[in-house]
Amino acid sequence: MILMTLAAKANPSQIKRLSSIVQAKFLLPLAGFAGIIALWWVIALFRHEMMPTPPEALSKNLDFILHPFYRRGPGDLGLGWLLLASLRRVCIGFLLGAIVAIPVGFLIGLSRHAWLALNPLIQVFKPVSPLVWLPIALAIFNSAEPAAIFVIFITSLWSTIINTAEGVSNVPKDYLEVAEVLEMPRWKQLIKVILPASLPYIFTGLRISLGIAWLVIVAVEMLTGGIGIGFFVWDEWNRLNVSSVFLAVFVIGLTGLILDYALARLQTAMTHRSART
Amino acid sequence: MNPAIKPLAPKDSPEFDRETFLVIENVVKSFPKPDGSQFVVLNGINLTIKAQEYVSVIGHSGCGKSTLIRIVAGLEKATSGLVTLEGKAIRKPGAERMMVFQGYSLLPWLTVKENIRMAVDEVFKNLSRAEKTSLVYEHIAMVNLTAAADKYPDELSGGMKQRVGLARALATRPKMLLLDEPFGALDALTRPKLQQQVLDIWDNHRQAVMMITHDVDEAIFMSDRVVMMTNGPNATIGKVLDIPLPRPRNHHQLRESKEYHELRNQALDFLEQYQ
Repeated sequence: MILMTLAAKANPSQIKRLSSIVQAKFLLPLAGFAGIIALWWVIALFRHEMMPTPPEALSKNLDFILHPFYRRGPGDLGLGWLLLASLRRVCIGFLLGAIVAIPVGFLIGLSRHAWLALNPLIQVFKPVSPLVWLPIALAIFNSAEPAAIFVIFITSLWSTIINTAEGVSNVPKDYLEVAEVLEMPRWKQLIKVILPASLPYIFTGLRISLGIAWLVIVAVEMLTGGIGIGFFVWDEWNRLNVSSVFLAVFVIGLTGLILDYALARLQTAMTHRSART
Repeated sequence: MNPAIKPLAPKDSPEFDRETFLVIENVVKSFPKPDGSQFVVLNGINLTIKAQEYVSVIGHSGCGKSTLIRIVAGLEKATSGLVTLEGKAIRKPGAERMMVFQGYSLLPWLTVKENIRMAVDEVFKNLSRAEKTSLVYEHIAMVNLTAAADKYPDELSGGMKQRVGLARALATRPKMLLLDEPFGALDALTRPKLQQQVLDIWDNHRQAVMMITHDVDEAIFMSDRVVMMTNGPNATIGKVLDIPLPRPRNHHQLRESKEYHELRNQALDFLEQYQ
């Protein structure tokens, strides 16, 4: 009823604006997905030995999709459980990484000596594929679970450190001068001015770190095995279930998207400024 | 000076202190150049500001007038010379000399209310919460921003932002107000309105003000004295113009006044020598 009266009151320009929003938010993204599924379909039709068609993949995966939380044996768990196991590793490693990286970033941003001492180290470690740390971690911990978390921890460090340091050293001089004129002690400036002023940078670093961590966990789990979405991909490939791998692609992608969106929302809530998504 | 605008000295403070409230003595500011010699920005500034006097410093850009106010604020150190407030030397920034910045310098993650509250919290540590809150609201009302109290700076116009900057400075009840081109970033329609508003507030709560500007009309309209600087480098005070126009002033009245135009011509004549 309300909708109808609204529609009746809406003038042509409002309808036009509404339709352009619908187009931008739904129709065009949908067209993108439809295009990639069509491409997949075409390739699958011509080279059927390579991959299943989308409807075939859907019917083969229906059990996974409809029952994400089944338990049919010690190693036979629904996709939801696998996803949660992977998310748990990423969250623990990422949080530990943030706890270390943000203070280190502060130190580097504030002290030129710390910057000179630590920057070369970061520049050398940053381009190293995080998977290289896996053998080292396995040697240290002798167990797959802490080793995986350790790799995620290392992965999460670099972007957060670099962005935090950049944010801290780029706090506008004006803000600090206000604090100085108010005779705010240095430690209080850190909490009340420098931290909030560099929060957008810190969040940029955190979002990059979390994105890489989610990329890396899949590869780590392929190598370490155990329960997780990465091992699921490798296991299904070994059973020649390529259609499940297609499902995994969508699940991993969507989860990554949700993780980034969640951090962006947290950023908006904490900085009172909208985050770029 | 027109006796009508001379502030009344309270009986408890000696006339001596009120006449020499802020004293700038032989202030020199220079920077070392890469070749080892000194680049002298300010060369021997001497200026005394009375306890309830509104003084503007005007000069062409690059004459070091901003450096001068920053030295008074304590944000920069003079190479030699001395600045004293009530006889005490100024060595570092302090809330008794509150600054209003040209770029507003509001913290963008705090609302209007919170920006002012932060200043009040820092300066009045011993007040109760209720007293601090009422101090904040009193000054938000003083600059007519009650409706915008919960907005963030990026939701405000330039004029509104500078009113917040002003309210923040006034809320700390400074002994002296330092205005560094406070209207410089505002458009031509907002500017006279805010000038009038600042002047009205000052008329009701007279205190020492040092204002930096490059606008002759603004300087004459607002000030008791206009200090004109020679061009940098090696800038110094070229001439001090007394503005004996009666207060309260308004733009409309001044435009009709012959005296105003004479003062304006004197100021422009001086500034044109240094173009």
